[in-house]
Amino acid sequence: MTAESLSIDKAQEEIIEEFDYLGDWTERYKHIADLGRKLPPFPEDQRLEENKVKGCQSQVWLSGHLSGEQIIFDADSDALIVRGLIALALRVYSGRTPEEILETPPEFINKIGMSEHLSANRANGLQAVIKQIKRYAVAFQARTETA
Amino acid sequence: MITPYDVAKVRADFPILHRLVNGKPLTYLDNANTTQKPQSVIDAVADLYTTYNANIHRASHLLGELATRAYEEARVKVKTFINAADAHEIIYVRNATEGVNLVAQTYGRRNIHAGDEIIISTMEHHANIIPWQLLCAETGAKLKIIPINDAGELLLDEYAKLLSERTKFVGIVHMSNALGTVNPIKEVIDMAHAYGVPVLVDAAQSAYHMPLDVQELDCDFLVFSGHKLYGPTGIGVLYGKRALLEEMPPWQGGGDMIATVTFEETTFNDIPYKFEAGTPHIDGAIGLGAAIDYLTTLGMDKIAAYENDLMAYGTGVLTEVPGLRMIGTARHKASVYSFVLDGIHPYDVGTVLDQEGIAIRTGQHCAHPVLQRFGVPATIRASLGLYNTREELDTLVRGLHTAREIFGE
Ligand SMILES: Cc1ncc(COP(=O)(O)O)c(C=O)c1O
Repeated sequence: MTAESLSIDKAQEEIIEEFDYLGDWTERYKHIADLGRKLPPFPEDQRLEENKVKGCQSQVWLSGHLSGEQIIFDADSDALIVRGLIALALRVYSGRTPEEILETPPEFINKIGMSEHLSANRANGLQAVIKQIKRYAVAFQARTETA
Repeated sequence: MITPYDVAKVRADFPILHRLVNGKPLTYLDNANTTQKPQSVIDAVADLYTTYNANIHRASHLLGELATRAYEEARVKVKTFINAADAHEIIYVRNATEGVNLVAQTYGRRNIHAGDEIIISTMEHHANIIPWQLLCAETGAKLKIIPINDAGELLLDEYAKLLSERTKFVGIVHMSNALGTVNPIKEVIDMAHAYGVPVLVDAAQSAYHMPLDVQELDCDFLVFSGHKLYGPTGIGVLYGKRALLEEMPPWQGGGDMIATVTFEETTFNDIPYKFEAGTPHIDGAIGLGAAIDYLTTLGMDKIAAYENDLMAYGTGVLTEVPGLRMIGTARHKASVYSFVLDGIHPYDVGTVLDQEGIAIRTGQHCAHPVLQRFGVPATIRASLGLYNTREELDTLVRGLHTAREIFGE
Protein backbone atom coordinates (compact mmCIF):
# COMPACT_ATOMS: atom_id res chain seq x y z
CA MET A 1 0.00 0.00 0.00
CA THR A 2 1.22 3.47 -0.84
CA ALA A 3 0.09 4.69 2.55
CA GLU A 4 2.73 2.59 4.19
CA SER A 5 5.53 3.69 1.91
CA LEU A 6 4.71 7.42 1.95
CA SER A 7 5.17 9.69 4.93
CA ILE A 8 1.97 11.07 6.44
CA ASP A 9 2.60 14.50 4.91
CA LYS A 10 3.40 12.99 1.53
CA ALA A 11 0.20 10.98 1.67
CA GLN A 12 -1.82 14.17 2.11
CA GLU A 13 0.07 15.90 -0.69
CA GLU A 14 -0.56 12.96 -2.97
CA ILE A 15 -4.30 13.11 -2.34
CA ILE A 16 -4.40 16.84 -3.01
CA GLU A 17 -2.48 16.38 -6.28
CA GLU A 18 -4.72 13.52 -7.33
CA PHE A 19 -7.81 15.73 -6.98
CA ASP A 20 -6.11 18.60 -8.81
CA TYR A 21 -6.31 16.53 -11.97
CA LEU A 22 -10.04 15.97 -11.70
CA GLY A 23 -12.60 18.11 -13.44
CA ASP A 24 -16.07 19.11 -12.28
CA TRP A 25 -17.85 17.76 -9.23
CA THR A 26 -19.27 14.72 -10.99
CA GLU A 27 -15.73 13.55 -11.72
CA ARG A 28 -14.69 14.16 -8.12
CA TYR A 29 -17.68 12.24 -6.82
CA LYS A 30 -17.02 9.41 -9.26
CA HIS A 31 -13.47 9.21 -8.01
CA ILE A 32 -14.59 9.25 -4.38
CA ALA A 33 -17.14 6.53 -5.18
CA ASP A 34 -14.32 4.48 -6.76
CA LEU A 35 -12.17 4.86 -3.68
CA GLY A 36 -15.18 3.79 -1.63
CA ARG A 37 -15.58 0.61 -3.68
CA LYS A 38 -11.91 -0.23 -3.20
CA LEU A 39 -11.89 0.24 0.57
CA PRO A 40 -10.80 -3.11 2.06
CA PRO A 41 -13.63 -5.07 3.70
CA PHE A 42 -14.29 -4.26 7.32
CA PRO A 43 -13.54 -7.14 9.72
CA GLU A 44 -16.99 -8.46 10.65
CA ASP A 45 -15.95 -9.23 14.24
CA GLN A 46 -15.35 -5.49 14.65
CA ARG A 47 -18.85 -4.48 13.53
CA LEU A 48 -19.81 -3.63 17.08
CA GLU A 49 -21.97 -0.94 18.58
CA GLU A 50 -18.91 0.50 20.32
CA ASN A 51 -17.16 0.90 16.96
CA LYS A 52 -19.98 2.93 15.46
CA VAL A 53 -19.07 6.54 14.85
CA LYS A 54 -21.77 8.82 16.18
CA GLY A 55 -22.93 11.96 14.46
CA CYS A 56 -23.09 10.68 10.89
CA GLN A 57 -26.15 10.52 8.68
CA SER A 58 -25.14 7.13 7.34
CA GLN A 59 -23.86 4.23 9.39
CA VAL A 60 -20.11 4.44 9.98
CA TRP A 61 -17.80 2.01 11.74
CA LEU A 62 -14.17 2.54 12.75
CA SER A 63 -11.80 0.30 14.64
CA GLY A 64 -8.09 0.62 15.30
CA HIS A 65 -5.38 -1.66 16.62
CA LEU A 66 -1.68 -1.31 17.33
CA SER A 67 0.80 -3.09 15.09
CA GLY A 68 4.23 -2.40 16.49
CA GLU A 69 4.43 1.36 16.83
CA GLN A 70 1.68 2.08 14.35
CA ILE A 71 -2.08 2.18 14.56
CA ILE A 72 -3.91 0.31 11.80
CA PHE A 73 -7.45 1.47 11.14
CA ASP A 74 -10.35 -0.35 9.53
CA ALA A 75 -13.50 1.53 8.63
CA ASP A 76 -16.75 1.13 6.77
CA SER A 77 -19.95 2.93 5.89
CA ASP A 78 -23.13 1.93 4.10
CA ALA A 79 -22.98 5.10 1.98
CA LEU A 80 -20.48 5.04 -0.85
CA ILE A 81 -19.44 8.69 -0.66
CA VAL A 82 -18.73 8.32 3.01
CA ARG A 83 -16.73 5.14 2.30
CA GLY A 84 -14.69 7.08 -0.24
CA LEU A 85 -14.02 9.93 2.17
CA ILE A 86 -13.07 7.42 4.84
CA ALA A 87 -10.68 5.75 2.38
CA LEU A 88 -8.93 9.12 2.02
CA ALA A 89 -8.73 9.53 5.78
CA LEU A 90 -7.23 6.06 6.15
CA ARG A 91 -4.63 6.75 3.48
CA VAL A 92 -3.46 9.62 5.62
CA TYR A 93 -3.87 8.21 9.11
CA SER A 94 -3.69 4.42 9.02
CA GLY A 95 -0.30 2.84 9.68
CA ARG A 96 1.01 5.89 11.54
CA THR A 97 2.29 6.35 15.05
CA PRO A 98 0.06 8.12 17.56
CA GLU A 99 2.44 11.11 17.48
CA GLU A 100 2.20 11.42 13.70
CA ILE A 101 -1.58 11.23 13.86
CA LEU A 102 -1.88 13.85 16.55
CA GLU A 103 0.55 16.22 14.84
CA THR A 104 -1.17 16.13 11.46
CA PRO A 105 -4.29 18.19 10.83
CA PRO A 106 -6.56 16.89 8.03
CA GLU A 107 -5.58 19.57 5.53
CA PHE A 108 -6.64 17.51 2.56
CA ILE A 109 -10.33 18.05 3.39
CA ASN A 110 -10.17 21.70 2.41
CA LYS A 111 -7.82 21.15 -0.50
CA ILE A 112 -9.57 18.57 -2.63
CA GLY A 113 -12.12 21.03 -3.96
CA MET A 114 -14.96 19.35 -2.09
CA SER A 115 -15.46 21.22 1.15
CA GLU A 116 -17.98 23.68 -0.24
CA HIS A 117 -19.89 20.69 -1.57
CA LEU A 118 -19.85 18.85 1.72
CA SER A 119 -22.71 20.34 3.65
CA ALA A 120 -22.31 20.73 7.39
CA ASN A 121 -23.81 17.31 8.02
CA ARG A 122 -21.66 15.55 5.52
CA ALA A 123 -18.44 17.20 6.57
CA ASN A 124 -19.40 16.06 10.05
CA GLY A 125 -19.31 12.47 8.89
CA LEU A 126 -15.68 12.81 7.87
CA GLN A 127 -14.83 15.11 10.77
CA ALA A 128 -16.38 12.64 13.20
CA VAL A 129 -14.23 9.84 11.79
CA ILE A 130 -11.08 11.92 12.06
CA LYS A 131 -11.96 12.94 15.60
CA GLN A 132 -12.34 9.27 16.47
CA ILE A 133 -9.00 8.46 14.82
CA LYS A 134 -7.38 11.10 17.01
CA ARG A 135 -9.05 9.63 20.09
CA TYR A 136 -7.49 6.27 19.26
CA ALA A 137 -4.12 7.98 18.94
CA VAL A 138 -4.47 9.61 22.36
CA ALA A 139 -5.52 6.33 23.94
CA PHE A 140 -2.71 4.28 22.38
CA GLN A 141 -0.18 6.97 23.21
CA ALA A 142 -1.18 6.84 26.85
CA ARG A 143 -0.93 3.06 26.78
CA THR A 144 2.55 2.97 25.23
CA GLU A 145 3.77 5.64 27.65
CA THR A 146 2.69 3.70 30.72
CA ALA A 147 3.97 0.40 29.29
CA MET B 1 -56.44 25.32 -22.64
CA ILE B 2 -56.91 27.95 -19.96
CA THR B 3 -54.98 27.04 -16.83
CA PRO B 4 -57.04 27.71 -13.73
CA TYR B 5 -53.89 27.86 -11.66
CA ASP B 6 -51.00 30.14 -12.65
CA VAL B 7 -47.96 28.50 -11.14
CA ALA B 8 -45.57 31.08 -12.60
CA LYS B 9 -47.44 33.77 -10.76
CA VAL B 10 -47.43 31.71 -7.58
CA ARG B 11 -43.67 31.20 -7.84
CA ALA B 12 -43.15 34.93 -8.14
CA ASP B 13 -44.68 35.27 -4.65
CA PHE B 14 -41.91 33.18 -3.05
CA PRO B 15 -38.61 35.09 -2.98
CA ILE B 16 -36.48 32.12 -1.89
CA LEU B 17 -37.38 30.18 -5.04
CA HIS B 18 -35.27 32.60 -7.04
CA ARG B 19 -31.96 31.95 -5.31
CA LEU B 20 -29.22 29.68 -6.56
CA VAL B 21 -27.94 26.60 -4.74
CA ASN B 22 -24.49 25.33 -5.70
CA GLY B 23 -24.74 27.59 -8.73
CA LYS B 24 -28.00 26.01 -9.87
CA PRO B 25 -31.56 27.27 -9.58
CA LEU B 26 -33.13 25.91 -6.40
CA THR B 27 -35.44 22.94 -6.97
CA TYR B 28 -37.22 22.75 -3.66
CA LEU B 29 -38.82 19.34 -3.19
CA ASP B 30 -38.64 19.05 0.58
CA ASN B 31 -42.06 20.50 1.33
CA ALA B 32 -43.17 17.69 3.62
CA ASN B 33 -40.33 18.80 5.85
CA THR B 34 -41.14 22.48 5.73
CA THR B 35 -42.50 24.82 3.08
CA GLN B 36 -41.19 28.15 1.81
CA LYS B 37 -42.93 31.41 2.65
CA PRO B 38 -44.72 33.84 0.34
CA GLN B 39 -43.74 37.50 0.52
CA SER B 40 -47.09 38.32 2.16
CA VAL B 41 -46.20 36.14 5.18
CA ILE B 42 -42.75 37.68 5.45
CA ASP B 43 -44.32 41.14 5.19
CA ALA B 44 -46.98 40.41 7.82
CA VAL B 45 -44.31 39.46 10.36
CA ALA B 46 -42.12 42.45 9.43
CA ASP B 47 -45.14 44.76 9.60
CA LEU B 48 -45.88 43.77 13.19
CA TYR B 49 -42.36 44.64 14.30
CA THR B 50 -42.19 47.73 12.12
CA THR B 51 -45.49 49.36 13.00
CA TYR B 52 -47.47 47.91 15.94
CA ASN B 53 -45.44 45.53 18.10
CA ALA B 54 -46.66 45.16 21.69
CA ASN B 55 -47.61 42.41 24.09
CA ILE B 56 -51.14 41.16 23.75
CA HIS B 57 -54.09 40.91 26.15
CA ARG B 58 -52.37 43.09 28.76
CA ALA B 59 -51.35 46.44 27.34
CA SER B 60 -53.57 49.47 27.88
CA HIS B 61 -52.31 51.32 24.85
CA LEU B 62 -53.04 51.47 21.15
CA LEU B 63 -50.21 49.21 20.03
CA GLY B 64 -51.30 46.55 22.49
CA GLU B 65 -54.79 46.80 21.14
CA LEU B 66 -53.62 46.49 17.52
CA ALA B 67 -51.37 43.53 18.26
CA THR B 68 -54.10 41.78 20.25
CA ARG B 69 -56.56 42.33 17.45
CA ALA B 70 -54.20 40.93 14.79
CA TYR B 71 -53.40 37.92 16.96
CA GLU B 72 -57.07 37.17 17.56
CA GLU B 73 -58.04 37.83 13.95
CA ALA B 74 -55.54 35.20 12.92
CA ARG B 75 -57.33 32.76 15.24
CA VAL B 76 -60.57 33.48 13.41
CA LYS B 77 -58.79 32.85 10.10
CA VAL B 78 -57.67 29.45 11.38
CA LYS B 79 -61.21 28.71 12.52
CA THR B 80 -62.59 29.52 9.07
CA PHE B 81 -59.77 27.62 7.34
CA ILE B 82 -60.68 24.34 9.05
CA ASN B 83 -64.37 25.26 9.49
CA ALA B 84 -64.40 24.98 13.27
CA ALA B 85 -67.65 25.97 14.96
CA ASP B 86 -66.01 28.55 17.19
CA ALA B 87 -62.67 30.43 17.27
CA HIS B 88 -62.30 29.47 20.94
CA GLU B 89 -61.75 25.91 19.80
CA ILE B 90 -58.48 27.02 18.19
CA ILE B 91 -55.49 26.78 20.53
CA TYR B 92 -52.16 28.14 19.45
CA VAL B 93 -49.29 25.78 20.13
CA ARG B 94 -45.71 25.61 18.86
CA ASN B 95 -46.32 22.88 16.29
CA ALA B 96 -48.27 19.70 15.60
CA THR B 97 -46.04 17.83 18.03
CA GLU B 98 -46.92 20.12 20.91
CA GLY B 99 -50.61 19.79 20.04
CA VAL B 100 -50.46 16.01 20.43
CA ASN B 101 -48.48 16.28 23.66
CA LEU B 102 -51.00 18.73 25.08
CA VAL B 103 -53.87 16.35 24.42
CA ALA B 104 -51.95 13.35 25.81
CA GLN B 105 -50.94 15.24 28.94
CA THR B 106 -54.33 16.79 29.71
CA TYR B 107 -57.16 14.80 28.17
CA GLY B 108 -55.06 11.64 28.29
CA ARG B 109 -53.90 11.88 31.88
CA ARG B 110 -57.39 12.64 33.10
CA ASN B 111 -59.26 10.00 31.10
CA ILE B 112 -56.89 7.16 30.31
CA HIS B 113 -55.94 4.64 32.96
CA ALA B 114 -54.24 1.28 33.49
CA GLY B 115 -55.63 -1.40 31.19
CA ASP B 116 -57.14 1.13 28.76
CA GLU B 117 -56.08 1.07 25.14
CA ILE B 118 -54.98 3.78 22.72
CA ILE B 119 -55.05 3.03 18.99
CA ILE B 120 -52.65 4.57 16.47
CA SER B 121 -51.41 3.29 13.11
CA THR B 122 -48.19 1.88 11.69
CA MET B 123 -47.68 4.96 9.54
CA GLU B 124 -47.64 7.55 12.33
CA HIS B 125 -44.98 10.22 12.58
CA HIS B 126 -43.09 10.01 15.88
CA ALA B 127 -45.09 13.09 16.94
CA ASN B 128 -48.16 10.87 17.18
CA ILE B 129 -46.37 7.88 18.72
CA ILE B 130 -44.06 9.08 21.47
CA PRO B 131 -46.57 11.24 23.39
CA TRP B 132 -48.84 8.18 23.65
CA GLN B 133 -45.96 5.90 24.62
CA LEU B 134 -45.07 8.32 27.39
CA LEU B 135 -48.68 8.38 28.54
CA CYS B 136 -48.83 4.57 28.47
CA ALA B 137 -45.63 4.32 30.51
CA GLU B 138 -47.13 6.70 33.05
CA THR B 139 -50.61 5.21 33.30
CA GLY B 140 -50.23 1.54 32.40
CA ALA B 141 -52.43 1.96 29.33
CA LYS B 142 -51.58 -0.02 26.17
CA LEU B 143 -50.79 1.13 22.65
CA LYS B 144 -52.50 -0.79 19.81
CA ILE B 145 -51.32 -0.42 16.24
CA ILE B 146 -53.46 -0.52 13.08
CA PRO B 147 -51.44 -2.47 10.48
CA ILE B 148 -51.07 -1.48 6.82
CA ASN B 149 -50.83 -3.41 3.55
CA ASP B 150 -47.90 -3.48 1.10
CA ALA B 151 -49.20 -0.42 -0.71
CA GLY B 152 -49.15 1.53 2.52
CA GLU B 153 -52.90 1.57 3.15
CA LEU B 154 -54.62 1.17 6.50
CA LEU B 155 -56.25 -2.21 7.10
CA LEU B 156 -59.66 -1.07 8.28
CA ASP B 157 -60.75 -4.64 9.03
CA GLU B 158 -57.90 -4.96 11.48
CA TYR B 159 -58.77 -1.57 12.94
CA ALA B 160 -62.33 -2.78 13.49
CA LYS B 161 -60.94 -5.77 15.42
CA LEU B 162 -58.81 -3.53 17.65
CA LEU B 163 -61.73 -1.34 18.70
CA SER B 164 -63.37 -2.46 21.95
CA GLU B 165 -64.70 -1.22 25.26
CA ARG B 166 -61.07 -0.94 26.37
CA THR B 167 -60.33 1.61 23.63
CA LYS B 168 -60.17 5.08 25.13
CA PHE B 169 -58.52 7.07 22.37
CA VAL B 170 -57.62 6.96 18.67
CA GLY B 171 -54.81 9.02 17.15
CA ILE B 172 -54.50 8.86 13.39
CA VAL B 173 -52.46 10.59 10.74
CA HIS B 174 -54.55 12.08 7.92
CA MET B 175 -51.74 11.96 5.39
CA SER B 176 -48.50 10.05 5.90
CA ASN B 177 -45.29 12.07 5.56
CA ALA B 178 -43.27 8.94 4.81
CA LEU B 179 -45.58 7.35 2.22
CA GLY B 180 -47.96 10.03 1.01
CA THR B 181 -50.97 7.84 1.82
CA VAL B 182 -54.17 9.80 2.46
CA ASN B 183 -56.20 7.83 4.99
CA PRO B 184 -59.99 7.39 4.89
CA ILE B 185 -60.14 9.60 7.92
CA LYS B 186 -63.90 10.02 8.08
CA GLU B 187 -64.36 6.27 8.26
CA VAL B 188 -61.71 5.93 10.96
CA ILE B 189 -63.46 8.61 13.01
CA ASP B 190 -66.95 7.16 12.56
CA MET B 191 -65.78 3.70 13.57
CA ALA B 192 -64.25 5.07 16.78
CA HIS B 193 -67.31 7.15 17.56
CA ALA B 194 -69.43 4.02 17.34
CA TYR B 195 -67.59 3.05 20.54
CA GLY B 196 -67.80 6.57 21.96
CA VAL B 197 -64.05 6.98 21.53
CA PRO B 198 -62.58 10.42 20.70
CA VAL B 199 -60.21 10.78 17.75
CA LEU B 200 -57.22 13.05 17.23
CA VAL B 201 -56.28 13.72 13.61
CA ASP B 202 -52.67 14.56 12.79
CA ALA B 203 -53.22 16.93 9.87
CA ALA B 204 -49.60 18.15 9.72
CA GLN B 205 -49.31 16.93 6.12
CA SER B 206 -52.87 17.23 4.90
CA ALA B 207 -53.57 20.79 6.09
CA TYR B 208 -51.54 22.39 3.29
CA HIS B 209 -52.56 19.98 0.53
CA MET B 210 -56.35 19.69 0.78
CA PRO B 211 -59.40 21.45 2.22
CA LEU B 212 -60.19 20.48 5.81
CA ASP B 213 -63.55 20.63 7.54
CA VAL B 214 -63.43 19.57 11.17
CA GLN B 215 -67.21 19.71 11.58
CA GLU B 216 -67.81 17.48 8.61
CA LEU B 217 -65.08 15.08 9.77
CA ASP B 218 -66.47 15.32 13.29
CA CYS B 219 -62.95 14.80 14.67
CA ASP B 220 -62.49 15.58 18.33
CA PHE B 221 -58.98 16.99 18.05
CA LEU B 222 -56.87 18.01 15.08
CA VAL B 223 -53.30 19.34 14.96
CA PHE B 224 -51.10 20.96 12.35
CA SER B 225 -47.98 23.12 12.10
CA GLY B 226 -47.74 26.62 10.64
CA HIS B 227 -44.33 26.03 9.11
CA LYS B 228 -45.66 23.38 6.74
CA LEU B 229 -48.58 25.61 5.80
CA TYR B 230 -46.35 28.27 4.23
CA GLY B 231 -46.37 30.13 7.56
CA PRO B 232 -43.70 30.80 10.19
CA THR B 233 -42.00 28.19 12.35
CA GLY B 234 -42.84 27.94 16.03
CA ILE B 235 -46.60 28.30 15.60
CA GLY B 236 -49.06 25.46 15.30
CA VAL B 237 -52.69 24.73 15.93
CA LEU B 238 -54.60 22.39 18.17
CA TYR B 239 -58.29 22.24 17.38
CA GLY B 240 -60.52 20.61 19.95
CA LYS B 241 -64.27 20.36 20.39
CA ARG B 242 -65.39 22.95 22.90
CA ALA B 243 -66.93 20.47 25.36
CA LEU B 244 -63.72 18.42 25.50
CA LEU B 245 -61.43 21.43 25.84
CA GLU B 246 -63.54 22.90 28.62
CA GLU B 247 -63.39 19.74 30.65
CA MET B 248 -59.62 19.30 30.18
CA PRO B 249 -57.26 20.51 32.91
CA PRO B 250 -54.66 23.11 31.92
CA TRP B 251 -51.20 21.94 30.95
CA GLN B 252 -48.69 24.69 31.54
CA GLY B 253 -49.23 27.38 34.14
CA GLY B 254 -48.37 31.06 34.01
CA GLY B 255 -49.64 34.40 32.81
CA ASP B 256 -52.63 34.78 30.49
CA MET B 257 -54.10 31.40 31.38
CA ILE B 258 -55.66 32.44 34.68
CA ALA B 259 -58.76 34.37 35.73
CA THR B 260 -57.86 35.13 39.36
CA VAL B 261 -54.87 34.14 41.43
CA THR B 262 -54.26 34.04 45.16
CA PHE B 263 -51.60 31.88 46.76
CA GLU B 264 -54.34 29.57 47.99
CA GLU B 265 -56.28 29.17 44.80
CA THR B 266 -56.24 30.01 41.11
CA THR B 267 -59.19 29.97 38.80
CA PHE B 268 -58.36 29.38 35.21
CA ASN B 269 -59.23 31.45 32.22
CA ASP B 270 -61.65 30.21 29.58
CA ILE B 271 -60.60 28.31 26.50
CA PRO B 272 -58.46 28.84 24.51
CA TYR B 273 -56.45 31.00 26.96
CA LYS B 274 -56.43 28.28 29.60
CA PHE B 275 -53.97 26.46 27.32
CA GLU B 276 -51.89 29.46 26.24
CA ALA B 277 -49.67 30.21 29.21
CA GLY B 278 -47.19 33.06 28.94
CA THR B 279 -46.55 35.48 26.12
CA PRO B 280 -47.34 33.51 22.97
CA HIS B 281 -45.76 33.48 19.52
CA ILE B 282 -47.51 36.67 18.43
CA ASP B 283 -45.69 37.18 15.14
CA GLY B 284 -46.05 33.48 14.40
CA ALA B 285 -49.81 33.63 14.78
CA ILE B 286 -50.04 36.75 12.63
CA GLY B 287 -47.80 35.16 10.00
CA LEU B 288 -49.96 32.03 10.06
CA GLY B 289 -53.00 34.22 9.49
CA ALA B 290 -51.28 35.73 6.45
CA ALA B 291 -50.40 32.25 5.15
CA ILE B 292 -54.04 31.22 5.47
CA ASP B 293 -55.09 34.36 3.59
CA TYR B 294 -52.66 33.40 0.86
CA LEU B 295 -53.97 29.84 0.61
CA THR B 296 -57.58 30.95 0.75
CA THR B 297 -57.06 33.43 -2.07
CA LEU B 298 -55.58 30.69 -4.25
CA GLY B 299 -58.25 28.26 -3.05
CA MET B 300 -57.41 24.99 -1.31
CA ASP B 301 -59.47 23.04 -3.84
CA LYS B 302 -57.52 24.61 -6.72
CA ILE B 303 -54.23 23.91 -4.97
CA ALA B 304 -55.24 20.29 -4.41
CA ALA B 305 -56.27 19.86 -8.04
CA TYR B 306 -53.00 21.36 -9.29
CA GLU B 307 -50.90 19.25 -6.96
CA ASN B 308 -52.77 16.06 -7.83
CA ASP B 309 -52.11 16.63 -11.50
CA LEU B 310 -48.45 17.31 -10.77
CA MET B 311 -48.29 14.25 -8.56
CA ALA B 312 -49.55 12.01 -11.37
CA TYR B 313 -47.00 13.48 -13.77
CA GLY B 314 -44.17 12.88 -11.29
CA THR B 315 -45.24 9.30 -10.62
CA GLY B 316 -45.08 8.72 -14.37
CA VAL B 317 -41.59 10.12 -14.93
CA LEU B 318 -40.13 8.65 -11.75
CA THR B 319 -41.29 5.10 -12.40
CA GLU B 320 -39.30 5.22 -15.64
CA VAL B 321 -36.03 5.65 -13.74
CA PRO B 322 -34.33 2.22 -13.85
CA GLY B 323 -34.01 0.59 -10.43
CA LEU B 324 -36.40 3.00 -8.72
CA ARG B 325 -38.73 1.37 -6.22
CA MET B 326 -41.56 3.47 -4.85
CA ILE B 327 -42.29 2.93 -1.15
CA GLY B 328 -45.96 3.65 -0.66
CA THR B 329 -48.25 3.09 -3.62
CA ALA B 330 -51.62 3.73 -2.03
CA ARG B 331 -54.52 4.41 -4.36
CA HIS B 332 -55.22 7.63 -2.52
CA LYS B 333 -51.91 9.42 -2.26
CA ALA B 334 -50.80 13.04 -2.26
CA SER B 335 -47.63 15.03 -2.89
CA VAL B 336 -45.03 12.60 -1.52
CA TYR B 337 -42.67 10.30 -3.42
CA SER B 338 -40.74 8.04 -1.10
CA PHE B 339 -38.41 5.70 -2.95
CA VAL B 340 -35.15 3.79 -3.06
CA LEU B 341 -32.72 3.36 -5.94
CA ASP B 342 -31.42 -0.21 -6.25
CA GLY B 343 -27.96 -0.60 -4.82
CA ILE B 344 -27.44 3.08 -4.02
CA HIS B 345 -27.60 4.46 -0.51
CA PRO B 346 -30.23 7.22 -0.16
CA TYR B 347 -27.63 9.42 1.45
CA ASP B 348 -25.42 9.18 -1.64
CA VAL B 349 -28.37 10.12 -3.83
CA GLY B 350 -29.14 13.09 -1.59
CA THR B 351 -25.55 14.30 -1.86
CA VAL B 352 -25.65 14.25 -5.64
CA LEU B 353 -29.07 15.90 -5.83
CA ASP B 354 -27.83 18.67 -3.54
CA GLN B 355 -25.07 19.34 -6.07
CA GLU B 356 -27.77 19.91 -8.64
CA GLY B 357 -29.59 22.37 -6.40
CA ILE B 358 -32.32 19.82 -5.65
CA ALA B 359 -33.52 19.81 -2.05
CA ILE B 360 -35.04 16.50 -0.96
CA ARG B 361 -34.88 14.53 2.26
CA THR B 362 -33.18 11.23 2.83
CA GLY B 363 -33.52 9.08 5.89
CA GLN B 364 -36.33 7.77 8.02
CA HIS B 365 -38.57 10.84 8.10
CA CYS B 366 -39.29 10.57 11.85
CA ALA B 367 -41.37 7.50 11.10
CA HIS B 368 -39.13 4.54 11.93
CA PRO B 369 -41.89 1.94 12.38
CA VAL B 370 -43.34 2.39 8.90
CA LEU B 371 -39.92 2.04 7.25
CA GLN B 372 -39.35 -1.10 9.30
CA ARG B 373 -42.67 -2.35 7.93
CA PHE B 374 -41.31 -1.93 4.39
CA GLY B 375 -37.92 -3.38 5.30
CA VAL B 376 -35.93 -0.39 4.09
CA PRO B 377 -33.43 1.40 6.33
CA ALA B 378 -34.06 4.77 4.68
CA THR B 379 -35.71 6.32 1.65
CA ILE B 380 -35.26 9.27 -0.64
CA ARG B 381 -38.28 11.55 -0.31
CA ALA B 382 -39.31 14.23 -2.75
CA SER B 383 -42.42 16.13 -1.70
CA LEU B 384 -44.46 18.72 -3.55
CA GLY B 385 -45.74 22.14 -2.67
CA LEU B 386 -48.08 24.53 -4.43
CA TYR B 387 -45.21 26.20 -6.32
CA ASN B 388 -43.57 23.11 -7.83
CA THR B 389 -43.62 22.44 -11.56
CA ARG B 390 -43.30 19.59 -14.03
CA GLU B 391 -39.93 21.01 -15.07
CA GLU B 392 -38.71 20.58 -11.50
CA LEU B 393 -39.76 16.95 -11.52
CA ASP B 394 -37.84 16.53 -14.77
CA THR B 395 -34.83 18.08 -13.04
CA LEU B 396 -35.22 15.55 -10.24
CA VAL B 397 -35.31 12.69 -12.73
CA ARG B 398 -32.15 13.99 -14.41
CA GLY B 399 -30.48 14.21 -11.00
CA LEU B 400 -31.38 10.58 -10.31
CA HIS B 401 -29.84 9.56 -13.62
CA THR B 402 -26.66 11.40 -12.65
CA ALA B 403 -26.64 9.57 -9.32
CA ARG B 404 -26.98 6.27 -11.12
CA GLU B 405 -24.14 7.19 -13.41
CA ILE B 406 -21.86 8.10 -10.49
CA PHE B 407 -22.73 5.23 -8.21
CA GLY B 408 -23.74 2.53 -10.66
CA GLU B 409 -21.34 -0.37 -10.93
C1 LIG C 1 -47.42 13.56 9.67
C2 LIG C 1 -46.67 14.47 10.57
N1 LIG C 1 -47.05 14.61 11.83
C3 LIG C 1 -46.41 15.42 12.68
C4 LIG C 1 -45.30 16.14 12.29
C5 LIG C 1 -44.61 16.98 13.29
O1 LIG C 1 -44.58 18.30 12.90
P1 LIG C 1 -43.78 19.34 13.77
O2 LIG C 1 -42.36 18.88 13.78
O3 LIG C 1 -43.96 20.63 13.06
O4 LIG C 1 -44.39 19.33 15.13
C6 LIG C 1 -44.85 16.01 10.99
C7 LIG C 1 -43.64 16.72 10.54
O5 LIG C 1 -42.86 16.25 9.75
C8 LIG C 1 -45.55 15.16 10.10
O6 LIG C 1 -45.16 15.02 8.84
